Parts: sequence; C-alpha cells; structure tokens
Amino acid sequence: MRYKSQKLAYWFFALSMLLLTLQIIYGFIMAFAHLGYDGLHAITPFNTARAVHTNLLVVWLLSGFMGAAYYIIPEEAEHEMVSVKLGFVQLISLAVVGVIAIIGYHFNYWEGRKFLEIPRPLDYLVVVNVLTFLGLILATLYKGKKRTTTSLVLTMGLVFAALLYLPGMIWFDNQTMDSFFRWWVVHLWVEGVWELIMGGILAFLLIKITGVDREVIEKWLYVIVGLTFISGVLGTGHHYYYIGTPKYWLIIGGIFSAMEPLAFLGMALFAIAMYRKGEKKHPNKIALSWTLGTAIVSFVGAGLLGLAHTLPQVNMYTHGTLVTAMHGHLAFWGAYGMIVLAIISYTLPNMTGRKLYDSNTGVLAFWLSNIGMLGMTVAFGVAGVAQVYLERKMGLDFGDVQKEIQVHFLILIICATMFTTGIGLFIYEFIRYGLPTDEALESSN
Amino acid sequence: MLSKSQARLFFFGGTIVTFVIFIGLSWHSLSVEVPKKTHEENLTEQVIRGKVIWEENNCMGCHSIMGEGAYYAPELTKVVERRGEGYMKAVLMSKTPWSPRGRKMVAYGFSEEKANDLVAFFTWIGNTDLNGFPPKPDYKSTINSK
Ligand code: HEM
Ligand code: HEM
Ligand SMILES: [Fe+2]
Repeated sequence: MRYKSQKLAYWFFALSMLLLTLQIIYGFIMAFAHLGYDGLHAITPFNTARAVHTNLLVVWLLSGFMGAAYYIIPEEAEHEMVSVKLGFVQLISLAVVGVIAIIGYHFNYWEGRKFLEIPRPLDYLVVVNVLTFLGLILATLYKGKKRTTTSLVLTMGLVFAALLYLPGMIWFDNQTMDSFFRWWVVHLWVEGVWELIMGGILAFLLIKITGVDREVIEKWLYVIVGLTFISGVLGTGHHYYYIGTPKYWLIIGGIFSAMEPLAFLGMALFAIAMYRKGEKKHPNKIALSWTLGTAIVSFVGAGLLGLAHTLPQVNMYTHGTLVTAMHGHLAFWGAYGMIVLAIISYTLPNMTGRKLYDSNTGVLAFWLSNIGMLGMTVAFGVAGVAQVYLERKMGLDFGDVQKEIQVHFLILIICATMFTTGIGLFIYEFIRYGLPTDEALESSN
Repeated sequence: MLSKSQARLFFFGGTIVTFVIFIGLSWHSLSVEVPKKTHEENLTEQVIRGKVIWEENNCMGCHSIMGEGAYYAPELTKVVERRGEGYMKAVLMSKTPWSPRGRKMVAYGFSEEKANDLVAFFTWIGNTDLNGFPPKPDYKSTINSK
C-alpha cells in the first residue's frame, strides 16, 4: 500500500463479505423450497428470497468493484483519493439503500423486473450514490500524475455501468419493450462493461503478481476488451430471439453471441501466459490462485456454458429453464465473484501489514468454494436438461416435471454446503487479518 | 507484432462500429416491428393495469413470461390457452395458498376486477408473435393427450 486513502477499500470489501453471507442464506431458502420444504413461505416466499438473493449478489459485487477502484486508482494515478470522508459517506449510503431494498422485498415493496427489483424512489438514491463514487474516482484520476491504461479501462467500465443503469428505470406499457431495455442493463453489464472492470482489475493483479512489463499486459487488455464489445454488443441479440422482436435477431444474436467466449478465452490464455512469462515470484500464492482461477472459471462458466445454450435452435428449448440457472451461477461466480475475492486476497496483506498468506485455511477456502460451486452447477445442469426434455420436448406438465427433478436439489444443497464452508473459511481469514493500518504503508506491494 | 496503439484502435473502432449497428437495429425493431408483432393496438387500459399488478407483486420472482423470470412456477405466456379464464381467476382470487402439487403460490386474494385485469394482460401476451416460443412438444401426441 502506498497511499493512506487506499485503506478505504477495506470497508467496501468488508461490506461485500457481509452481503455475500446474506446472499447465501437466501440461496438455501430457495434450494429448500425447490426440494419441497417451504416452511418460510409465509414470511419469505420464493419471490422474496429470489429478489434478495440476486440483488445482494449484484450489490456485493459492486461493493467489491468499488473497493477495488478505491485501492487501484490512487496507486495507478499516484495520488491520494481526493476525499476519504466522502468515500465513507458513499459506503454508508450504499449499505443503507441496500438494507432498505432488502427489507422492502419482504413487504411487497419492489418492481417485479428480474434483477432490477429495486423500486423507483430507491433507484434515484442509487444514482446519487454512484455519482458520488464516480466523482471521487474521476477527480482523483484528474489530479493524479499518471493515467494508465489499466486505470482507464477500469474507470470506463465503471462509468458505462452507471450509464447503462438508466434505461432500466424507464416505464413501458409494452412488456416486450420493457424486456428489451431490461437487457440493456443486464446483458450489457455482464457481457460488456463489467468485463472491462474485470479486465482492469485482472491487469492490475497480473502486473503486481507476475512482474511482467506493463506495456505488454495493457496491450492485451485492449485486445480482450475489444473482443468483448465487438461480440457482446450485438450479442445482446441472444435475448431478443423469443420476446416479440423481429427474426433477424436470431441470426445476428446467434453469430455474435457465439463469439463472446473468445473474450473469456482471451482472458484465460492471457492470465496463464503472463504467469508463465513472469520472473517475479510474488509470495502471495493465494492471490495468484484466485487470479488465475477467475480467468479460467469465467471461461468455463460464461464462455463454454454460455455457448451451450446461445444458439437459437437450442435456446428455443432451454430458454427460461434451470439450464439458465446453471450457467448464471458459474458465470457470475467465475467472472465476478472470483475477481472480487482475488483483489481482496491481494490487498488484505498490503492494507493490514500482516502477511498471513501462506496459511492452509486460505488454500482450503479456494478449493472448497470452487469445487462446491462446480457441483452446484452440475446439479442445476442435470435438473435443467431433464426439465428441457420432459417439459419442452415431451410436453409433461410443469409441476409433474418439477417432482421428477426434485432429487437434484438435494445434491445442490450438499454442494452448496461445501461452497458455503469455503466461503466461511475465506471470511474467517478476512477477519484474522484484522483492520487496516497506516503502519502498512510502503511495505511490499 | 501488434502494437499497443493498434490494439487501442481495435478496441475503440470495433466498439463504435458494433454500437452504431446495434442502435440502428434496435431503433428499427422498436419503431417498426415490435408494435406489429405485439399487436400494440390491443394494449388497452385494462391490459396495462394487468401489467402493473404483475410488476407490483413481482410475479416474475417465481414464474416466467416470454421465458424470462424464475424457475419455481410455470411459464405463463400461454396460460390462457392452457388453463382458461375460469381456472386462472380461481387461482388469483384464492384466499389460501394455491398449491396443486405441494408447491405454494402466495395467496393474493385479488378482487374480481384485478383478476380480470391480469387475465387481459395474459390474453394480450398470449397473442404476441414470439417467433415460435414456447416450442410445441415433439412427443405430445404419443405420450400426453392433454
Ligand atoms: C460473466 C459473464 C456472464 C454472466 C455473469 C452471465 C449470467 C447470465 C444470467 C444471470 C442469465 C439469466 C438472465 C435473465 O434471465 O435475466 C444469463 C442468460 C443467458 N446467458 Fe449469460 N452470462 C454471462 C456470459 C454469457 C456468454 C459469454 C454467453 C454466450 C456465449 C451467455 C449466454 C446466455 C444466454 C443465451 C442466456 C439466456 C438464457 C435463456 O434464454 O434463458 N452468457 N446469463
Ligand atoms: C449456497 C449457495 C447458493 C444456493 C443454494 C443458490 C440457489 C439458488 C436458487 C435455488 C436459485 C433460483 C432458481 C430459480 O429461479 O428457481 C438461484 C438463483 C440465482 N443465484 Fe444462487 N445460490 C447460491 C449461491 C449463489 C452464488 C454464490 C451466486 C453468484 C456468484 C449465485 C447467483 C445466482 C443467480 C445469478 C441466480 C439467478 C439465476 C437465473 O435467473 O437464471 N447464487 N440460486
Ligand atoms: Fe447475454
């Protein structure tokens, strides 16, 4: 750590870990409901649990991205954050908006649009919050000595993500239009601008961990984010197959979305190549595991499992089944969950001054959470494929099919328990590091 | 070998070109095709009231519509065709949780008027042209007669 204000990141990471814990609890509520145990139906019906689960996911990832930016930007720009106080105000308001939204979901206070359930009045608070955040980041960059490609790509990702939130706030009478613009947020986030954020953080980590020349890393960063947008923007068409939109999207969406895995493949090859090339052997092996892990698992979860159902001929049958949930879990985990855990693993020793990174607990946390999540993906996948054949191909009733595939949710719960154990250990390590301190300044990066 | 400035050009150039095409196609879709395919002329006050009820209660948190939503309860795009108005109104107006196969729906106990609004919304949705979704089961005639 080279600047005192970088410590701000710690608190965003702490919030992130808290929300991840809550997210998992609501995941279990849904998994048990699928298994037939819906004892909480009266207080937390499935739709409440789902809105909480997915919104907490988005907020803990955003909190992680913001923490990453508060750590990376001062270091890259070689300048303290312009205001740490405003940073704390932003942190607390983010937590408050999140808590109000989640409580609201238990009292039917929401907007029933998948992933964008936050009600309109709270949306405005989100906008103010994000503007404060961006203001701090941009002002620091502006005052800083350097504007590196890494910090530029990261900031571009954050600014576009904020802009793309806006189309999700418009009301439409027509369900098709509603859905059309919902995808400008959901798809263009995860298969577009969030990849810039991921790429920026990944480049930063690779520069620090492998010691490979910045120019080389940043050149490939441009190629990867170029591939992302060239495939991902028109790739939005893979959500416009069957929602009342014209047929040309079947061709355009099919072709361009089938190219999207290239960006993730690029990310994986890039991380591995830089790791091989690097001479510096950074002692923080756990951060290295998460960094290489995110590049590889995102390729599997987003790239390969996305490709599996992205062609219109396949998507006709899998659209809106548990196959989508299979892909959603491994993609979000690999690309965005793991990059947040990677930057946390790298920065914690630097912010707290405690080098606890050769512990077995950290290694165990990595493997348990990843193997657990892979198992969950398989469970969702088997249930989903069976659902597709029984319901969509054979024409059995939805409810009868759900009874047939119920057993897979038992497997899901077992794997989820393993995953949760891994996350529990990660958080245990997080707490063991203790609080950030100025004494950690200038210690090795 | 590719230089960094060429890589940057690839990024900005590629982004701008695909983005312009995307905006053009979106504009064409929304202004010309979607109104026809969704029969926008049938989008009555009642249908819109139905959509508001659909959103206020986050029905999409259990069900899906046009294949979008959750995977806990049935896909509803063709529900009017599949179940008919009477069945739907019984579910919507029920004061105890509807649970045909043990899986409970929230007991909304809607008024008859609200139930009618929702039926109107589903009737409208059922008539949109979704390029063939939901697919017709291949084996329906041999296995399931209903
Ligand atoms: C990190 C990147 C990605 C994440 C986090 C992600 C996540 C998700 C999620 C959560 C959904 C469900 C959305 C909803 O129904 O509202 C979804 C749908 C989908 N994703 Fe991805 N995805 C990623 C990348 C990809 C890629 C690269 C492809 C294609 C190659 C892809 C193909 C699809 C398709 C076809 C659907 C629609 C499924 C359906 O029709 O039900 N995804 N994705
Ligand atoms: C203990 C862990 C977890 C369990 C038991 C669990 C379970 C579930 C269940 C049952 C659903 C609802 C599927 C439906 O609509 O029927 C769901 C949705 C979802 N979960 Fe999880 N989850 C867990 C952890 C996670 C994690 C760590 C992530 C992300 C990194 C995640 C991301 C998602 C997403 C994106 C959806 C929406 C999927 C879609 O709409 O296609 N979950 N989860
Ligand atoms: Fe997508």
